[in-house]
Amino acid sequence: MALLETHKYSQGSALGGVNPDLASERQTPSFSVEKLTALLDGGEENTRIRRAVVEAIESDPVFSRENQYFQSQNEKYEAAVRKAVHLQKKMHEMGWTENGPEFKYIYRALSGEVAFLLHTVFMRSISVLGSDKQITKWIPLATQYQLIGSYAQTELGHGTYLQGLETTAVFDIATQEFILNTPKISAMKWWPGDMGRSATHAVVFAQLDIQGKCYGVHPFIVQIRSLWDHSLCPGITAGDIGPKMNFDHIDNGYLMLQNVRVPRENMLSKFCEVQPDGTYVRRGSQQINYFTMTALRVALISHEAVIPLMKACTIAIRYSVVRRQSKLKPGEEEAKILDFQTQQEKLLPHVAAAYAFHFINNYLEDLFNRGYEEIQRENFDMLPELHAFSSGFKAMVTQYCASAVEACLRACGGHGYSLLSGLPSLCTRILASCIYEGENTILFLQTARFLIKCFMAASAGHPVPPSVTYLAAVKPGKCPAKNKFDFLSPDTYTEAYQHAAVRLISSTAAKLQDLIQSGVKKHDAWNECTVQLVQAVKAHCHYITVKNFAETVERLETKGGIQRIMKHLCDLFALHGIFSNAGVFLHDGYISGAQMDMVTASYLDLLAVIRKDAVPLVDAFDFTDKTLNSALGSYDGQVYQRLYEWAQKSPTNTQMNPAYERYLKPLLHKKLSKL
Amino acid sequence: MMNADLRRERAAATFQPELLTHILDGGADRTRRRKELEALVINDPDFQHEDLNFLSRSQRYEQAIRKSSLMVMKLREYGIADPEEIYWFKSFVHRGRPEPLDLHLGMFLPTLLTQATPEQQDRFFMPAWNLEIIGTYAQTEMGHGTHLRGLETTATYDPATQEFILNSPTVTSIKWWPGGLGKTSNHAIVLAQLYTQGQCKGLHAFIVPIRQLGTHEPLPGITVGDIGPKFGYDEMDNGYLKMDNFRIPRENMLMKYAQVEPDGTYVKPLSDKLTYGTMVFIRSLIVGDSARSLSRACTIAIRYSAVRHQSELKPGEPEPQILDYQTQQYKLFPLLATAYAFHFVGAYIKDTYRRISGDINEGDLSELPELHALTAGLKAFTSWAANAGIEECRMACGGHGYSRCSGIPDIYVTFTPSCTYEGENTVMMLQTARFLVKSYTQVSSGQRVTGMVSYLNDLSRQRIQPQHVAARTVTVRLNDPVSLVEAYKARAAWFVEAAAKNLEAELHRRSKEDAWNKTSVDLVQASEAHCHYVIVKLFTAKLAEISNAAVRAVLTELCLLYALYGISKNTGDFLQAGILTDAQITQVKQRVKELLAVIRPNAVALVDSFDFHDIHLGSVLGRYDGNVYENMFEWAKKSPLNKTEVHESFHKHLKPMQAKL
Repeated sequence: MALLETHKYSQGSALGGVNPDLASERQTPSFSVEKLTALLDGGEENTRIRRAVVEAIESDPVFSRENQYFQSQNEKYEAAVRKAVHLQKKMHEMGWTENGPEFKYIYRALSGEVAFLLHTVFMRSISVLGSDKQITKWIPLATQYQLIGSYAQTELGHGTYLQGLETTAVFDIATQEFILNTPKISAMKWWPGDMGRSATHAVVFAQLDIQGKCYGVHPFIVQIRSLWDHSLCPGITAGDIGPKMNFDHIDNGYLMLQNVRVPRENMLSKFCEVQPDGTYVRRGSQQINYFTMTALRVALISHEAVIPLMKACTIAIRYSVVRRQSKLKPGEEEAKILDFQTQQEKLLPHVAAAYAFHFINNYLEDLFNRGYEEIQRENFDMLPELHAFSSGFKAMVTQYCASAVEACLRACGGHGYSLLSGLPSLCTRILASCIYEGENTILFLQTARFLIKCFMAASAGHPVPPSVTYLAAVKPGKCPAKNKFDFLSPDTYTEAYQHAAVRLISSTAAKLQDLIQSGVKKHDAWNECTVQLVQAVKAHCHYITVKNFAETVERLETKGGIQRIMKHLCDLFALHGIFSNAGVFLHDGYISGAQMDMVTASYLDLLAVIRKDAVPLVDAFDFTDKTLNSALGSYDGQVYQRLYEWAQKSPTNTQMNPAYERYLKPLLHKKLSKL
Repeated sequence: MMNADLRRERAAATFQPELLTHILDGGADRTRRRKELEALVINDPDFQHEDLNFLSRSQRYEQAIRKSSLMVMKLREYGIADPEEIYWFKSFVHRGRPEPLDLHLGMFLPTLLTQATPEQQDRFFMPAWNLEIIGTYAQTEMGHGTHLRGLETTATYDPATQEFILNSPTVTSIKWWPGGLGKTSNHAIVLAQLYTQGQCKGLHAFIVPIRQLGTHEPLPGITVGDIGPKFGYDEMDNGYLKMDNFRIPRENMLMKYAQVEPDGTYVKPLSDKLTYGTMVFIRSLIVGDSARSLSRACTIAIRYSAVRHQSELKPGEPEPQILDYQTQQYKLFPLLATAYAFHFVGAYIKDTYRRISGDINEGDLSELPELHALTAGLKAFTSWAANAGIEECRMACGGHGYSRCSGIPDIYVTFTPSCTYEGENTVMMLQTARFLVKSYTQVSSGQRVTGMVSYLNDLSRQRIQPQHVAARTVTVRLNDPVSLVEAYKARAAWFVEAAAKNLEAELHRRSKEDAWNKTSVDLVQASEAHCHYVIVKLFTAKLAEISNAAVRAVLTELCLLYALYGISKNTGDFLQAGILTDAQITQVKQRVKELLAVIRPNAVALVDSFDFHDIHLGSVLGRYDGNVYENMFEWAKKSPLNKTEVHESFHKHLKPMQAKL
């Protein structure tokens, strides 16, 4: 509990210790908080390393986030650049390397508020798509920050659908150069991070044109700003795309190219090359590149969805035991709002979901590590399944977490709306994760294609990848539960989820076939089934998540009460899903009306059980106060005092009121005509 | 020049949008008047300013104050006095956003009118009317919101000096959130626990000067300021107020009803139900706001979806409008239908309130409890749905929806506090539930109930069990809104009965309060089902009033979509209650998808009918002319980061780093 102790001294002591309402919640946890933290980190050693990284970053004033809620877009951008630059120095000082065990915790410790993330993507794309010669030339320059890169794919008029990009690169044999152009406004590159103000170079995706023939989208390294004075290069128009919901610290940019010439060697040519005479040569398999994109989606699940949800839960749960409102019993003091059943129902399922998604993320990471080994052995068999996993889970987890973070915000009433609660910025940031690296609906539909294909194969008796073998083992029947306790059996609810997933996939597949057989064109039939397909994919992912949670619980050690509390959370996660999607389970009578009442009863019972451990469960996420950066969620629970002191630091209070002299004074003194 | 896609969409509509606009406005003459007022604002150079997205919070506040001052002057100059017209004018001036004088105009002045004595009106009303006094309404405290009795601020009467001594005894008692309190107001109506002759007499309202007239400096004993940055409401100086032994004369307590006499004797008010009236009124406004905010978001998302082309629907063909994808229609059209439904609900509450408030003044309060219960639930139901719907509209715009140029982030952050203020939504749902349970109990004891809950009478008479209801399932006609109203009614009855019975069962085991808490998830569901029924019923009732056949046809499609989509999203309820069979549920889902295709050709015309001016919409994606991309580029160029071509960070950070490495 060492780190937790330091929380108290770092901020709490100035405000008078831990709020008794919060302290009492920690007195009798049913499990060891420290052990659970270690479980989440994947071992005590990882916990130690993570805490050391967090400590090193948070004790360095350059990385402070204290004033971020008061900053303008310009100030936030500048701070992010300052931090990125300082980080290079810090890593050197601390002896952290990009392959070391500390590296993955740095981003977490900075809460992702740092510039040059696209620089990393720029480097990765050169490493993956570039020839050895290109790698030797560019990677050292980028590593040394002699140039700053961005990755320019998305256009104003085109996003997820890559073939639709309109930027052109025409090969000029005479000069051995590519001429890049933005032929119309919708072709302007739009959104790439670090491109608006920082980047000197970008990997630009454009339609390759050789002697009038289009060869599809290819990547080109294009210099956009002078390495000397940072002014824009000839033919380049670039700038910042303006204010967004969040990511103020990132200069998402636009880029317009007018007859910009780059040498032939600037087309990334590991897989495709244009020879001096204009001959187009394709070589090797692009599947490794495909794998990289897929892996990126999995990588963001933890940082951009699960961790933000854990933070939001920490803030909302701690605040809900400090906040008192209305009386539960006459004559008593006002009750903690977490004692209201409706508040428990708003928050506790999300705590359970945070754990469920943490475990599914572990599962996906393992799967991808195995996949990577196979691919290095040139075995690409797992690729379709990995792709389906990454798309479906990226979409499902980001969508769930985004709405759960918003629910946490709203569960904090009025104070949740203050930026000082930390919740609005978590909320607006996570919302972006539903769009980048593939818009969620499109990703769901990609997974749907995989599922339908597998379902057809399974029905025909062909072998299918392991995650979908359940599709072949269709067991009609009814849920066997006799009373509400039966629904606390993982077999019972896992089977219910499996049944629902199979039903939704098979009925949609049948409908698709019916439409096609009745003469509807294949693509029209697909479009007509997309709403159901999305529902089917969600059911599939939900099933896998529940199953994985239940299996994880089974493997946990029973010591320290960990397994018991995780079992409760697993039950809650599963029953919450049935309770909230009752129709799916009732539809074919798999679960009867009477059984649904049992589900509800067990579900509501669980809320009261988990309520007792709510605070230890979020304490186990082990976020420091500086990481949470929230007046409502700090470890000591001194909510109101902190809110009051922090508000006084707002520029609206520390600077004079310009509107008074100019407008209010004439107004109050009735000189309106002078306005 | 209008974007070709939008031109085509508009030409293909089967009805005249103006006719529908008239229905939404409540008549062609109302539309005309609204547009007159809109033109007054839009053509007035005084109300022009830079795009707010590029301004700092302080600049936005300044702009808002400037416009508010002018607005007050011009309202009087033009002689605009009708509350609805004032509302329009204000929302055109401020483009649907809050402003620092909101609380002065919306709470301070009306409270003086309703709760001040004639003597107090003489002293305060004209100065406030002339804006020499700018006031706010300070109720919420840092530690206390919806539960009013928990407020901690005290006002202790001192007969020796005939003054009240105001105190904020704890940190949690600091007034927190009132709009206009931080920087703008020089007075506040403060709600405090009144102590006189050693006894607490509960909450009362006091007029408290907080800033010096002339210098605008806080008065001694007053600590006041802005509560800092928020999710939205940048132009509003939501404030805090701490009082330390601050004295005000006895005459500053609002004493039209309760009074404290010079010697400290407390005189009780006649009825405390009167204050309910204001709450009902404000909640009814929120229902209207839910409709308008969702309509704005739908307008933006649907127009943009007609302009945006993406991917491939048919091999070899050009990229289709994203509005042609079923998933996109499924995201947006139910929300469009919801926006229409809420418009009609808002109009209904407003009319009912007008009718009943007439009765209140004549002393007939009999209808107030039901209206109070109904508006609480509808406020929660509509604001939750609109809140989620606005966000879905934004998501449906993909990446560009995330840019502030889309306008939807702004609509969202401005709207989302509605779920919390004027009564936190869950608490509101439970208020409605209390009324429903009470009505159910009345029916059980043989009394009849009237109004929207009268369906409970049938429940008692027939003692319908869920399985018996199943016998009626054949009678649900999926193409008939009236029949769907019956289905929703059966669902509401089923939930109310279930919740009431669960409550009763819990009451055998534990105290009243614990039992209520243990049943509260069920109770909220019952309220939601009741509100859902009321909305489907009111939407359906509206159809009969529409004379134009083409408009009626398209509204009927929307009404069906609203009702059927609601069933498809809550199939568990309809199945479990035995109202619909599996086969019918499958038909409902099929019918929903058919309706999407039916509504598709009219989608743009249906949002055009909301008739939002581009300036009011504040969205590059939702522009009437559909010229989205050109204008996004123009907009971005104005971003503060683009003020200089080379950002100062380059010289400060990047260049030194490159030199060092």
